[in-house]
Amino acid sequence: MAAHLKKRVYEEFSKVSQVTLEEVPSKKLRLTKPSKSAALHIDLCKATNPTDALQYLLSFARKPVEAESVEGVVRILLEHYYKESDNSVRLKIASLLGLLSKTQGFASDCIVDDAINTLNTEKSHQVLAQLLDTLLIIGTQLPDKTAVIQRLIDVACKHLSSTYFGVRNKCLQLLGCLGTVDKPLSKETDTGAGAGAQTSAVRDVLSLISDYFQDQDPRVRTAAIKAMLQLHERGMKIQQTIYNQACKLLSDDYEQVRSAAVQMVWVLSQLYPESIVPIPSSNEEIRLVDDSFGKICHMVSDGSWVVRVQAAKLLGSMHQVSPHFLEQTLDKKLMSDLRRKRTAHERAKELYASGEFSSGRRWADDAPKEKVDTSGVNLIDSGACGAFVHGLEDEMYEVRIAAVEALCSLAQSSRSFAEKCLDFLVDMFNDEIEEVRLQSIHVLRQISTHITLREDQLDTVLAVLEDSSRDIREALHELLCYTNVSTKECIQLALLELLKNLSKYPTDRNSVWKCLKFLGARHPTLVLPIVPELLSTHPYFDTPEPDMDDPAYIAVLVLVFNAAQSCPTMPALFSDHTFRHYAYLRDSLSHLVPHLRLPGRKQTASSGVEASGVGSGSLESAKNFLQDSLVRVSALQNLETPGAQDLLEFTIRDLLRLGELQTELAGSADFCATYLRCQLLLTKALQEKLWTMAVPLCLKQNAKVSTATRQILDETYKLEFLYSGLETQQIATIHNVRLQAKALQLILTARSKRGVDRVLGVCEKFLQDVESFQRLFMTELPHFQDSFVEKLLELMPRLTACKPLDLVKILQTTLRQSRCIHLKLPEQIHRASATIIEPTGESDNPLRFTSGLVVALDIDATLEHVQDPQTTVKVQVLYPDGQSHIIHPKPGDFRTPGPGRVRLITQVYLSHSAWTEPCQIEVRLLLAYSSSSSKLSSSKPAWNESMDGLPTSESSIEGTIHLSKPVKVFIMPKPARR
Amino acid sequence: MPDIKVTPLGAGQDVGRSCILVSIGGKNIMLDCGMHMGFNDDRRFPDFSYITQNGRLTEFLDCVIISHFHLDHCGALPYMSEMVGYDGPIYMTHPTKAICPILLEDFRKITVDKKGETNFFTSQMIKDCMKKVVPLNLHQTVQVDDELEIKAYYAGHVLGAAMVQIKVGSESVVYTGDYNMTPDRHLGAAWIDKCRPDILISESTYATTIRDSKRCRERDFLKKVHETVERGGKVLIPVFALGRAQELCILLETFWERMNLKAPIYFSTGLTEKANHYYKLFITWTNQKIRKTFVQRNMFEFKHIKAFDRSYADNPGPMVVFATPGMLHAGQSLQIFKKWAGNEKNMVIMPGYCVQGTVGHKILNGQKKLEMEGRATLDVKLQVEYMSFSAHADAKGIMQLIRMAEPRNMLLVHGEAKKMEFLKDKIEQEFSISCFMPANGETTTIVTNPSVPVDISLNLLKREMALGGPLPDAKKPRTMHGTLIMKDNSLRLVSPEQALKELGLNEHQLRFTCRVQLHDPHSDTDTLSRIYTHLKSVLKSYSIQHVPDGTVIVESIVIKVTSSAEEPNLKVILLSWSYQDEELGSFLSTLLKKGLPS
Repeated sequence: MAAHLKKRVYEEFSKVSQVTLEEVPSKKLRLTKPSKSAALHIDLCKATNPTDALQYLLSFARKPVEAESVEGVVRILLEHYYKESDNSVRLKIASLLGLLSKTQGFASDCIVDDAINTLNTEKSHQVLAQLLDTLLIIGTQLPDKTAVIQRLIDVACKHLSSTYFGVRNKCLQLLGCLGTVDKPLSKETDTGAGAGAQTSAVRDVLSLISDYFQDQDPRVRTAAIKAMLQLHERGMKIQQTIYNQACKLLSDDYEQVRSAAVQMVWVLSQLYPESIVPIPSSNEEIRLVDDSFGKICHMVSDGSWVVRVQAAKLLGSMHQVSPHFLEQTLDKKLMSDLRRKRTAHERAKELYASGEFSSGRRWADDAPKEKVDTSGVNLIDSGACGAFVHGLEDEMYEVRIAAVEALCSLAQSSRSFAEKCLDFLVDMFNDEIEEVRLQSIHVLRQISTHITLREDQLDTVLAVLEDSSRDIREALHELLCYTNVSTKECIQLALLELLKNLSKYPTDRNSVWKCLKFLGARHPTLVLPIVPELLSTHPYFDTPEPDMDDPAYIAVLVLVFNAAQSCPTMPALFSDHTFRHYAYLRDSLSHLVPHLRLPGRKQTASSGVEASGVGSGSLESAKNFLQDSLVRVSALQNLETPGAQDLLEFTIRDLLRLGELQTELAGSADFCATYLRCQLLLTKALQEKLWTMAVPLCLKQNAKVSTATRQILDETYKLEFLYSGLETQQIATIHNVRLQAKALQLILTARSKRGVDRVLGVCEKFLQDVESFQRLFMTELPHFQDSFVEKLLELMPRLTACKPLDLVKILQTTLRQSRCIHLKLPEQIHRASATIIEPTGESDNPLRFTSGLVVALDIDATLEHVQDPQTTVKVQVLYPDGQSHIIHPKPGDFRTPGPGRVRLITQVYLSHSAWTEPCQIEVRLLLAYSSSSSKLSSSKPAWNESMDGLPTSESSIEGTIHLSKPVKVFIMPKPARR
Repeated sequence: MPDIKVTPLGAGQDVGRSCILVSIGGKNIMLDCGMHMGFNDDRRFPDFSYITQNGRLTEFLDCVIISHFHLDHCGALPYMSEMVGYDGPIYMTHPTKAICPILLEDFRKITVDKKGETNFFTSQMIKDCMKKVVPLNLHQTVQVDDELEIKAYYAGHVLGAAMVQIKVGSESVVYTGDYNMTPDRHLGAAWIDKCRPDILISESTYATTIRDSKRCRERDFLKKVHETVERGGKVLIPVFALGRAQELCILLETFWERMNLKAPIYFSTGLTEKANHYYKLFITWTNQKIRKTFVQRNMFEFKHIKAFDRSYADNPGPMVVFATPGMLHAGQSLQIFKKWAGNEKNMVIMPGYCVQGTVGHKILNGQKKLEMEGRATLDVKLQVEYMSFSAHADAKGIMQLIRMAEPRNMLLVHGEAKKMEFLKDKIEQEFSISCFMPANGETTTIVTNPSVPVDISLNLLKREMALGGPLPDAKKPRTMHGTLIMKDNSLRLVSPEQALKELGLNEHQLRFTCRVQLHDPHSDTDTLSRIYTHLKSVLKSYSIQHVPDGTVIVESIVIKVTSSAEEPNLKVILLSWSYQDEELGSFLSTLLKKGLPS
């Protein structure tokens, strides 16, 4: 055997050298690598004692092995394996075999036989376990080879009776990963005997594994359950018969067994929810899902927190359970000194029902009333009783979070349960760990469609508004946006607390306003009766006009106006200044204040007309307007006439204004306007007629045109990367404009610079750009008739051949002849935007710090429609001396409060040498782009692969776009004191 | 039969003066050594004369274990060790060891210095007593001597409270001390593994109560404090120095932090400061939140809570003050109460139970005018609130612990007899284990069934394995043949051959012979061959031989057929088997008695 193997290695050597002779010498290095197996062989032969051999193997394992040399290495290893007497070395070899068979491109079935053979002679249990592990790896590599898998299963069955737990473990794992329950189809052609054997083995896999549910070793029991779960995951049908066994395992002594058993019970409950199981010690029967629900509930008070977490999590996904059982989970019969006691929740509800609210409680107010029948009290509840009550009070916050999440998911599917769990969730707002509080607020928001908060519950909810954590407050605002409340007192209460919140944390302004907007819009009828009070109007007396700049007053107005939107009788209650303030707010905070129909107002008559015009269909008409303007522009044949240019300018102005008025269309309108501006700039630049002039004369003109081209280039990058929702066609159009701008640039360089070398380089680059355009937008070319690009591509063969100067000439003519491409708007375009909320830039107090040290500046910004903000958004700090720093915020600083919206809350560190007086620095957000990471190339990876040899200069452009307006921050680095 | 004896000297159907004697496997252990709050005479301490009339206790006790530092669990310790006399080891956890002397000293001061009692233990005695203490760590198994080992589990309740498992051989007892199954703001929940003790001795203070969620109470408490402070009122919270006080401090501290409140919180000084110091040190004994965050900030280093000075009580503006003692019967809390009682904006929150006769009890019952010394009256205008924060397990918690530990017997102490009765019924009904509730001085004896370990020779085991059959299952008994040798105080199970060899005995063959009469018209040989075929068909997997000399041999069993001349049809079948083949032999004899198939 050994001799044979050696021969093989030498053969391999000789084969390699032969190939080397035939191949080009440059590839020689790569092909001589297979000597690895030989090197290993030599190393192993050199090793005199097991420790050395182990060392060699360990260092060998660190290096990767190529697919083609794997087999040689495996042979060497096996040969050594047979010779080796030391267990640890054999163990390492066995694990290496497994590792090697994972190598990609290596057909591992050729070593199956050897591996099984080694198994037969092996005495050491540990090595045996490792070998089985190797077989498992091989088996998972070959999911289609039924014959091999059948053999492996047989091997596993044979070793199942081993006395060592590790071997049994691995066998079960193997059965779980490879065992089959349904007969494979290919076996039907076999002989009858073979098929019979097959069926018996098939029937066995499940019962075989379930036999080991009672193994004496907890690790084996766990492995058996896991194997069963694995079978389930692979789509095999698990029989219901093991349900009882699994339930017994729930009371196992070992936590890992219980943990796996909980999962098993859950799986069965999902598989056979409707089957009926008997209740022990009575002759009643219940549905299996209810039974298992009760059992898993029981595990929520298990001794091990790992099991508790698991049980609590799984409870959330048992939606089929009957409502009766579900509601039990929140039930906990209170008792004091053998008398029935009401829970605080019940008491609160009763207080509320009796109309008495927030009475100071006396001692013994909660004194127990009725006497409990001692025989009726069940201290250990069979089943679901109080599972969530326990889970929510658990010591470990992991369990509490899991319980909150489970509550959420169950409440979403059951309305009545949602109402019941409300009290408990509200209680969780008071948890000691912020994560839990936050989670429960989120959960309440998610189920808020099902529920209406009572006054006392709202009271508890609102108490959290004073929390010093911004996340909590904002989550709560978000929650209040979606909450239904029951009475007008609730509205008043909420408003009061929100105003308190506003005065305590002025930075919450926007969030509070938004919250009130939704609160008003949701409850117009509840707001109506309290309007006079809110606006402090009086039937007879004029009240002083409130201060318009007071955020609290604005908050009240936002609430009232939003309520008034769907309550036409409300405006009658407004006083004069309210209408004035409405007009002002409608203009300044248009996103918070809706349009109101205000009848009988002269002042609003004009706006009323506008309203009827724009009215309900305002969005529709705005869309029409946008389309009309685009059509109008596209009707222009020649942009060079002054009339056409005027029209373009007007259209751009209109579009920009439209974007301001209609936030829904802002993206599209801006996009169109920017595109048209590019066209306009291009036309104007071409009109300069610089090519007809002599070179020295055109220098001045040159400057003008080159700024224009640069501007166009910038705009095209903005067009491409700032807007989301673009289709390939639009991107191609943008690229076309960019090419035009580049051509213009090329012409300019050619005319202004002497020396062909310089121009030559630029020309080549340009041609590459054209080529890459062709590659990228092959499918879009039909839309580009008469365009610059199309003409260029027609001329391409000539272009590549001709000299730079000729090229410039051709470009000149093409540029002038080409028609501008009309933009087709996609469905929805969003412009990425960002606003820095903090710092506000209004502060006159400079931020003082010692020069040379750092100061942290808190930045709070909202980003909208930014794709992948974690990688693209940067913070730029611009110092007065022109120094600029770009800071990458941590991924954790981005929070996502809602779809399409991202919140950046981060700190940037500033530092500078000493200044004599305070000065302002600018802080702004940047959007970094690189075309290689743009969605275009990522959506077409196939192209990238097929052409990866070609240089793609186009795809590596990187730069930044300003995303937000700069904010000025006053800082003052002081000289360090000595 | 071996048994375990449990005798409560205190806390048997009673609360206070916890002291339980346990005799297990020939060892005597005293669990807790507390005092009774309700008495000022001899009944205050357990009756140690039960153990011995005169002389020291050392020779009667193997060890003393103290579960936690409350005086009703450790108050009599110096008296027992120094005045009665005990020199053996006293076990308690590290925090208990640290805090216990502070409380003992305080107790001594009040009794001796204030009440002027004599014949009481001195400071030096407390010190001497603490020198005998051996500290315990959680889950650490401590060998008291060769046979007795103890192990502590976390019990919640107060800092350093522990449950103890006492084990001698395979017999074991778990004593819970006071414990809490629901976590609170500073401590976790009690936990024990499935140790299946012979007896679980559990406290049962709240045997008939199932408590509401802690959160509601906490929320109410915080809301009330918050409202009063916002109104500009002052809040007085009378507390006992240790335990609940720390919980409430943490509760208020975190709330202040969360809500950004500015009103000052004061804590009246005294032994609390020392105790707080230990709370800071023993972070590992607290709950998850405190343990996880102490690296950034130790929760017991209060930011908002400052030491109280007498003059602060007259400061204007809102404030919260924790003051001792808890029942408003004397001291600082009463002084402050007198100052603040007149203003309806103020509030007093009683966080615990108040004994009848104290000011606390009176105001809780709604008394509006209090008579003070010197015939002065005090109008109570401030709001009075009651908030119960108790750290004992309720009925459900006790049941939960029983489920965790799976004891074979239950024993209830530290509770009222009437309430215990109810819980006892419940336990017996739901776990079907027997439950005891001895009164003080009453002994409960529980017979145990300890397993006796036997060494088995490897050869025998291997031979048994080789016989086949399913793998040994730990949960199912399996029979095997062997010889038990009891020699030199050790038990060994060996194969019979080895036993013979070791003991130098000869082997005796034991054979059974049996005659079976059978009516059969055939000749003897024919009958024999018919028996042969019959057996062959019945016993398929056995070797059956028909030997030419007129016998059939099944394994080692010999079968012969004879008949007398006068009755040729009555055949007598002779069966003979050795002792080892008893099973098969008796089977064959019954088989043949049924007759042969025709």
